[in-house]
Amino acid sequence: MVLFVTMNRDDITHLASLARIRLEDSELEQFATELPAIVDYVSAVNSIADEGDTKPSPGVRPNIFRADTITNQPNQFTKDIIEEMPHSEGRFLSVKKILNIAD
Amino acid sequence: MTTLSTLRAQFIAGDYTPTQAVQASLDTIKKADGEIHAFLDVYQDALEEAKQATAQYKAEGAKAPKLLGMPIAVKNNVLVKGRKATGASKILENYTAVYDATIVTRLKAAGAIIVGATNMDEFAMGGSTENSAFGVTKNPHDLTRVPGGSSGGSAAAVAMNAVPAAIGTDTGGSVRQPASFCGLVGFKPTYGAVSRYGLMAMGSSLDQAGPLTNSVADAELLHEVMAGLDEMDATTVDSDTYPDVPSKETYTFGVPRDFLKTGVDADVLEAFAAHIESLKAAGHTVVDIELPLFEKGLAAYYIVMPAEVSSNLARYDGIRYGHAAKGDTLLDVYEKSRAEGFGPEVKRRILLGTHVLSAGYYDAYYGKAQLVRTQMRAELAETFKQVDAILTPTAPTPAFKIGEQEDPLAMYSQDIFTVPVNLTGVPAISFPMGTVKRDDKMLPVGVQYIAPHGGDARLFNLGKKIYDERP
Repeated sequence: MVLFVTMNRDDITHLASLARIRLEDSELEQFATELPAIVDYVSAVNSIADEGDTKPSPGVRPNIFRADTITNQPNQFTKDIIEEMPHSEGRFLSVKKILNIAD
Repeated sequence: MTTLSTLRAQFIAGDYTPTQAVQASLDTIKKADGEIHAFLDVYQDALEEAKQATAQYKAEGAKAPKLLGMPIAVKNNVLVKGRKATGASKILENYTAVYDATIVTRLKAAGAIIVGATNMDEFAMGGSTENSAFGVTKNPHDLTRVPGGSSGGSAAAVAMNAVPAAIGTDTGGSVRQPASFCGLVGFKPTYGAVSRYGLMAMGSSLDQAGPLTNSVADAELLHEVMAGLDEMDATTVDSDTYPDVPSKETYTFGVPRDFLKTGVDADVLEAFAAHIESLKAAGHTVVDIELPLFEKGLAAYYIVMPAEVSSNLARYDGIRYGHAAKGDTLLDVYEKSRAEGFGPEVKRRILLGTHVLSAGYYDAYYGKAQLVRTQMRAELAETFKQVDAILTPTAPTPAFKIGEQEDPLAMYSQDIFTVPVNLTGVPAISFPMGTVKRDDKMLPVGVQYIAPHGGDARLFNLGKKIYDERP
């Protein structure tokens, strides 16, 4: 099976927007050269995994849960976590507004 | 070259103290690390802990906790409460950990003294430490060469004799390959043997923390302190998760011959052949095996790992912690913070991961790669019916020159022998098998032993026989 292994600058721009990374022109250029070669290489999995009815196996242990009890003290980490916030007001994290409602 | 067991005997006897050992660590770092740059952060206050440990040995002697007073270094993607945890990334340049990783809690409880945080490839992505946002680490055996990576700082810290042992993390070979390049023992546990709580997630189905040491016995000691079930990591396993993998007097080792045919340096193969002869002379049996799927493991790895990277690193967005860029809108803040905060290799892998997970490609890449993993596990299970452990060189080359590997795909091929281990979740150990000559310098090269799931103790047993007790 031959896959999509050409990527132009628009494809890279699209991937970068999905990944929430703004790329410079020089980076777009670089990744448009490098990524197709890597994607081409990893496409080898298609030639080796077609046989049989193998199922992906997620892990050896079933999903497990701990007891539903409170394990931390109230406010145990609050101060330290707030200190790491780039922008905060009192006990709150401040963010840009996410809704722009037109009149 | 110091081992933990030597230090332990000295500390108990009182002819050398934790205060002296930690002072010696700090002195070595001060003297040599300007050049080598193994450390991102050095904890001068470790000396206070060392004084307490010295007093405790006087009071308790051999009853003192088993790592008491041992100076160790920890890779900077492992959280140590109150210390900077950068992952060698600009996006976390000023981030202070708010809790201890489980392995750090356990090391501290056993008395270990953390003297500093070590350099690494940014978020553990790389095999040379050149991807650190804070500058490359140099190999103490040859300062023009890389120490390997991504745990290159941890390896260099031990190789420069700053500490007798250090902790690294291994997602595709990041403990074993630097161990090979720096002449050390490096251990990657069975997936789930060691808790990942408090490690910066890279490839969650692949990541494990492991020790870099001067002896197999030391690696075993550190691993036993760090390992075990952890309520904070649901993927941790206990001793009855896997069937018993017994230790033996002599072993049967399998060598995947076809796997060694291309891309391995001739003198690495020569050292490997000599190592096999020494095994036979010691009474072990060495047979040829075939592992056709293992040869394709690298392709599957460079799908699964970037896919997990792209989702794990989505958390670094400039909102709750880490570098925050100024922007007009929320999207602007995300895109600029990540553009400014991540280095080129991290961006490359996030884009690759985003591609392989995107609609229309998921089944062809990620789905297929997961099938390959299942098939590789089956192939391994068959192989381990015939042999006790699998033997390969740890890396296809000795340490390469700083700046020598520019093509990302060529760099990825460094991981050819190590990634199948992470993909299948089995344990592996690397220890020195000899040296090869480059530019009139003797460079260490390592051999890798791979055991079945849950076979960590077997690797320590054979490693002690073959390496620690070498003639």
